[in-house]
Amino acid sequence: MSDLMAKDGRFDRRALVAQLLQDRGDALVVGGLGASTWDLAAADLDERNVYLWGGMGLACSIGLGLALAQPKRRVLVFTGDGEMMMGIGSLAAIAAAAPDNLAILVLDNQAFGETGRQTGLSAGPTDIARMAEGAGLVETMTLGTAGDLPALKELLYERSGPVLAVAKIALTDDPLVLPTNNGAAMAARFRAALGLES
Amino acid sequence: MSVYDWPRDVHAAFRSKAVRQIGTVPDAGLTRLLDLCHADDAMSVMTLTREDEGIGLVTGAWLGGERAALAMQSSGVGNVINALSLPAVLKIPCLMLVTMRGQWGEANGWQVPMGRATPEVLEAMGVTVYSVDHAEDVGEAVSAAADMAFHGGIATAVLIGQRVIGAKAFKTKGEGR
Repeated sequence: MSDLMAKDGRFDRRALVAQLLQDRGDALVVGGLGASTWDLAAADLDERNVYLWGGMGLACSIGLGLALAQPKRRVLVFTGDGEMMMGIGSLAAIAAAAPDNLAILVLDNQAFGETGRQTGLSAGPTDIARMAEGAGLVETMTLGTAGDLPALKELLYERSGPVLAVAKIALTDDPLVLPTNNGAAMAARFRAALGLES
Repeated sequence: MSVYDWPRDVHAAFRSKAVRQIGTVPDAGLTRLLDLCHADDAMSVMTLTREDEGIGLVTGAWLGGERAALAMQSSGVGNVINALSLPAVLKIPCLMLVTMRGQWGEANGWQVPMGRATPEVLEAMGVTVYSVDHAEDVGEAVSAAADMAFHGGIATAVLIGQRVIGAKAFKTKGEGR
């Protein structure tokens, strides 16, 4: 596994996601459109992952529906800063519904990495964790160093949700690891993994 | 304006089709239905900031084994266009209930463009649309749309015409009643 911290002092997204999924237990994981979904595929090609190739801005709303439907399982949403900002209002609905099993990790490289690395809004004065706090999420954190990893794992897996963490990640050229783009097959496999008829 | 209690029929349809989650950006025409759903312990009503969140909600609910629906005003259909890619690509159910504006007796011209485009926009995204203009037919249409969605794995929408709901009143000086 590559180092958790990239050279510029920010997290390496692939290493971070892989470490977080090492002991996932029976957690269900939603990957936001683009690089977050590729990270998920690179770390752990599991039938209990939702891989999004579209629907920008909806990862957290999908997580909400899933968390309410599966209250006994942990539901994790891994998504990017642009995807999160597009659906930022969904945090209010999530706070109001208050599923205690929902945790969100924003992989924040402060850029639209998939479309040419145009500067994102979180590069400026916008603080996603504070927006989440204002929306009413139970707990939020912004990661600084590798030393925060145990606290992040505890937040994502153990703390009463809904919670959100922001990890500032480096802009990296990662090998493309693509999960299936067959959404119908993915959905059917996901439901089958939960014992639901497809 | 109809006095027939169509929201009661829709609530009963939601119950009989085991709809557990209802996402909504409210509309005047949805008030009684949402009150009935709020009062029902078998249902959770989620107020959203934008209607497209509801497509995400419905998708997540289905993946997790629950049935859900999205209730919104016709203007909200404009907010869900790209999100409708999800049920189309995943081939999963997406049940929508739309109260229409911009139709019969609409006094706010700003509602008219989206109201006129609503069925066309939904159909362009692959949604099967039932338009209902009689209060007595709404419940049955919702049951039929639910069966098509939940058994056929497709997106369906019931559009409740403004003639059923009644036009919003904007009284000005000199207008009686």
